[in-house]
Amino acid sequence: MKRRDFLKRTAPAALLPFTIGGFGVRAYARTPLLDALTASAVDTDRVLVLVQMNGGNDGLNTVIPLDQYSSYNAARTNIAIAENQILKLTNATGIHPQMTGIKTMYDEQKVRVVQSVGYPNPDFSHFRSTDIWLTASDYDQYISTGWLGRYLQEEFPGFPAGYPNAQMPDPLAIQIGSTISTALETDVANMGMAFSDPTSFYNIVNGTGNDPAPDTNAGNELDYIRQVGQQIQLFATPVRNAANKAANKSKLYPAARQNVLADQLAIVAKLISGGLKTRIYIVNIGGFDTHANQNSGGNGTPVPHGTLLGQVSVAIQAFQDDLRLLGLEDRVVGMTFSEFGRRIKSNSSAGTDHGAAAPLVVFGTNVIPGILGANPIIPANPTPNDNLPMQFDFRAVYASLLKDWFGTPDSELQKVLFRNFPILPIIKGTSSGVESERGESAVITLGAAYPNPVRSTTRIPFSIGGGHTELSIFDSEGRRVATLIDRTLPAGTHEATFDATELPPGSYYCRLQSGAVSRMGQVVVVR
Amino acid sequence: MNRRTFLAGVSPGKLASLLHRSSAGNATGQSYRVSSGLEPYTGAWGYQQSAHLLRRAMFGVRKQELDTVQGMTLSAVVDLLLQPGPTPPPPPDYNDANGSTAWSTAAYNSSRDNAFLAFTLSWWSGLMLSQEISLREKMTLFWHNHFVSSWVSVKDSRYMYRQNALFRQHALGNFKELAKQVTLDPAMLRYLNGNTNKKGTPNENYARELQELFTIGKGPEIAPGNYTNYTEDDIKAAARVLTGYSDDTGAITHKFTAANHDSGNKTFSANYGGKVITGRNNASGAMAELDELLEMIFGQDATALYICRKLYRWFVYYQIDAATEQNMIVPMAQLLRSNNFDVAPVLRALFSSAHFYDPANIGCMIKNPVDLVIGTLRLFTFPDLNPDKLNLKYFGLRTLRRTMAAMQADLMGHPNVAGWPAYWQEPVYHRAWINADTLQKRVKFTNDLATDGYKLDEGYATLLIDPMELASFISDPSDVSKLIDETAALLFPNPITQRQHDQIKAVLLPGLPDYEWTVEWEEYQNEPTNESKKKAVAGKLSAMLKYMLAMAEYQLS
Repeated sequence: MKRRDFLKRTAPAALLPFTIGGFGVRAYARTPLLDALTASAVDTDRVLVLVQMNGGNDGLNTVIPLDQYSSYNAARTNIAIAENQILKLTNATGIHPQMTGIKTMYDEQKVRVVQSVGYPNPDFSHFRSTDIWLTASDYDQYISTGWLGRYLQEEFPGFPAGYPNAQMPDPLAIQIGSTISTALETDVANMGMAFSDPTSFYNIVNGTGNDPAPDTNAGNELDYIRQVGQQIQLFATPVRNAANKAANKSKLYPAARQNVLADQLAIVAKLISGGLKTRIYIVNIGGFDTHANQNSGGNGTPVPHGTLLGQVSVAIQAFQDDLRLLGLEDRVVGMTFSEFGRRIKSNSSAGTDHGAAAPLVVFGTNVIPGILGANPIIPANPTPNDNLPMQFDFRAVYASLLKDWFGTPDSELQKVLFRNFPILPIIKGTSSGVESERGESAVITLGAAYPNPVRSTTRIPFSIGGGHTELSIFDSEGRRVATLIDRTLPAGTHEATFDATELPPGSYYCRLQSGAVSRMGQVVVVR
Repeated sequence: MNRRTFLAGVSPGKLASLLHRSSAGNATGQSYRVSSGLEPYTGAWGYQQSAHLLRRAMFGVRKQELDTVQGMTLSAVVDLLLQPGPTPPPPPDYNDANGSTAWSTAAYNSSRDNAFLAFTLSWWSGLMLSQEISLREKMTLFWHNHFVSSWVSVKDSRYMYRQNALFRQHALGNFKELAKQVTLDPAMLRYLNGNTNKKGTPNENYARELQELFTIGKGPEIAPGNYTNYTEDDIKAAARVLTGYSDDTGAITHKFTAANHDSGNKTFSANYGGKVITGRNNASGAMAELDELLEMIFGQDATALYICRKLYRWFVYYQIDAATEQNMIVPMAQLLRSNNFDVAPVLRALFSSAHFYDPANIGCMIKNPVDLVIGTLRLFTFPDLNPDKLNLKYFGLRTLRRTMAAMQADLMGHPNVAGWPAYWQEPVYHRAWINADTLQKRVKFTNDLATDGYKLDEGYATLLIDPMELASFISDPSDVSKLIDETAALLFPNPITQRQHDQIKAVLLPGLPDYEWTVEWEEYQNEPTNESKKKAVAGKLSAMLKYMLAMAEYQLS
């Protein structure tokens, strides 16, 4: 680990004495910096846990815009959550009634909700969109390596040659289960290791014959299988030892096999507690492809959406509680994600079809608590194809975690994510987090376009605090149709011109991104 | 790294370097393609080639089957493989004492549906296990993995059974006709929500997957919403064509409701030549619209190419480079189209081609869990898998199915509509079957069968390979070299090296000269009823077999 870089990055933050997003500075008494300075190097290594929700989670029934309840209810009457059932996070924003665990953690300041995360030009294929999230590619870029694979390759150059070693005796990344994520893929090796039971490893090493595999396709596959066999032998002992050394302490975990995610997270807690230096864990829960009977379950939706959200909520709460009891709470940050959200309007099967941006949750004691971003704008009369446009690019979330949680330097970020993304205020005690929340955002405004509706061209005024600024127009299905500004601008008030002559009539979104802050507005094109 | 020295002298210090994905060999690297194509194979036709054919076309190969085909020509063996055989009787109610009732034809009791699913899966596993020399079961599984439906969404085992029977019926039949039948299949109507796709409120789920995964395939996005072969608007138009169908829960068939059918005209993009399907308002009219939709999709070159690539990855190898595309995929697709989408001529050409028997394509396929589990059990005779009592047979077959599921091939329980990642997930493809978790399960399975005991559900029996059956396969089991080499030829697609041969011998005869085996074997032959003499050789044979089954080579086909 490049600890020096990490300290450099985090140093200013710990010294800044002001409130953050309304939450007092007291939270800074324990900071990543202090952890890093006071604890032994080995034990302070940080962990990122990714919770993948397969199938495309319906974000609008997960994080619900209370301030637009009537539009929300009108758009999806057959699946809308009753207003009085919604768990309020703020006056404007609530969450699904079955997410009581997340609500509790939110109240304990251990949850950061990030609104409307997605990417421009959403792809509605599960497989393609999952690949986009796991490889961190653009919508039209085809990449076979994963974002975490590339990160680990930068951090542990040369892996797997020379590993395990004294500095890194353990797997770099672990996926609980029997499949291994594309997110961990590199062009050299998959950087992760998958297993479902860390206490029983089965060594397979016999039969290599000490002979080189032949120089053929068959030889290639043979090499691969032998490598996996060797990997089991190399890493079985540390993983098994870690699992055997620790025990879960939380009483909040459901009984085994009742909640697939809780079972997996309990293993993760054990392995961290057992002393593994593994940085990344990936866990999965499926069933979010709720095309029909979303709330009731049945034909098309095996488990009701609310039950799934309840399972996610219970699992994360139990995991966090376990980490607290195990004394690991400050070393771990988790993040949920799904390949896409779903449409604004429900369908006639009481379900929702593949959509675009959706909220995600980052959790842990080191997140800046609260909600990042505004509620999505729900149009008054959405058509079946209308989507929520993104407020935050998912790669900006990745960049923020890599930079502010793992201390990844900018030069490395560039290699992992291919270009610069704004660093969002997600992790506590970091320069990114502080600056953005410190009132810088107050000066960033997106004015109303005039004229609006627009027949040919319109002008869009905005104010920024200076820096790289992007102003884009998205159509109602989430496709980026115009980029008006994408460069560095000085502080002050500016104006952009939007020529809508070539665009079909309809409702469009205008998105301003200045540094970590984004603002959304609407423009209607008529003829 | 020099591949020639790659695995030589594995010391602990070197172990780490083994984790390297070989620079020349990963799925993004170079391949070892040769230029052979679909032209007929004219080379040697011997044991290795016929074993290669049967292993790929079936689930593993039995010694008896190899003996059967040794005197036959390649063309005669392919003829045999293309015989679908008689339609099997439907799955029994394994709890029925006399075993005469098929649950699928008896009165349906929905509270037993979980059991019916388990019965269906045991029945299916049994069909694979008892397969004759035929492509039928491997193609049935192919279609199951192509037109995916999962019980957890369909929630009715009658539907799942009928869909499975549909795949078997059309296993070697016509792809276009099967696509039509699948579109109307009640399980698929449920699984991809075709049953809620109505005029005015379309559900585009099936229309999307029909194009993205089942027929034409999704190409690169060349403009927003334009996936080369079709567009987002084409999905919407196709969804409108498909409105009005639902599943009839009584007859377990599709049902058409004219009021739910969108009778407006459907206009497709330039990708489909701007085709307009005239809307119609009755059942026969809607069916004609469906036919037109499929004609339109199947009329595109991309559709035949797409399914031929998938067949190629199912039967040959996952890498399709430019030469393979040109020499195999394109001519296979031409053959498919010129035969109006009958698959048998394409399979015949594939299994008779120079490319299929090219040494580069022998042994390069990682076995899927069905190949591994069913294929291993087919190698030997296990009376306990054919017990007198039906319920015991059920337990036995259920165990196999669960073993396959643990290795990530969960029949009727696909993780999603794309099917197993091994056949689509770039760049890893077949390698997706093998990771630290599944490889352990695979080796534990063969270890159990060889020496440790493979326990069947409910503790009714434990399977162990009879090592004397292995010996019976060998021309002269008293000869150590023949024992090792002939076992290797049965288990592995390619010959082993001398050093591997020596290592296996060291397991059989640790530190002893070859003749010691001959002596012990002959002593047993002279006194076959002497338990201690039998155990002496049997134990050694089992250890050898266990060792060989745990070699990486055994994971390849």
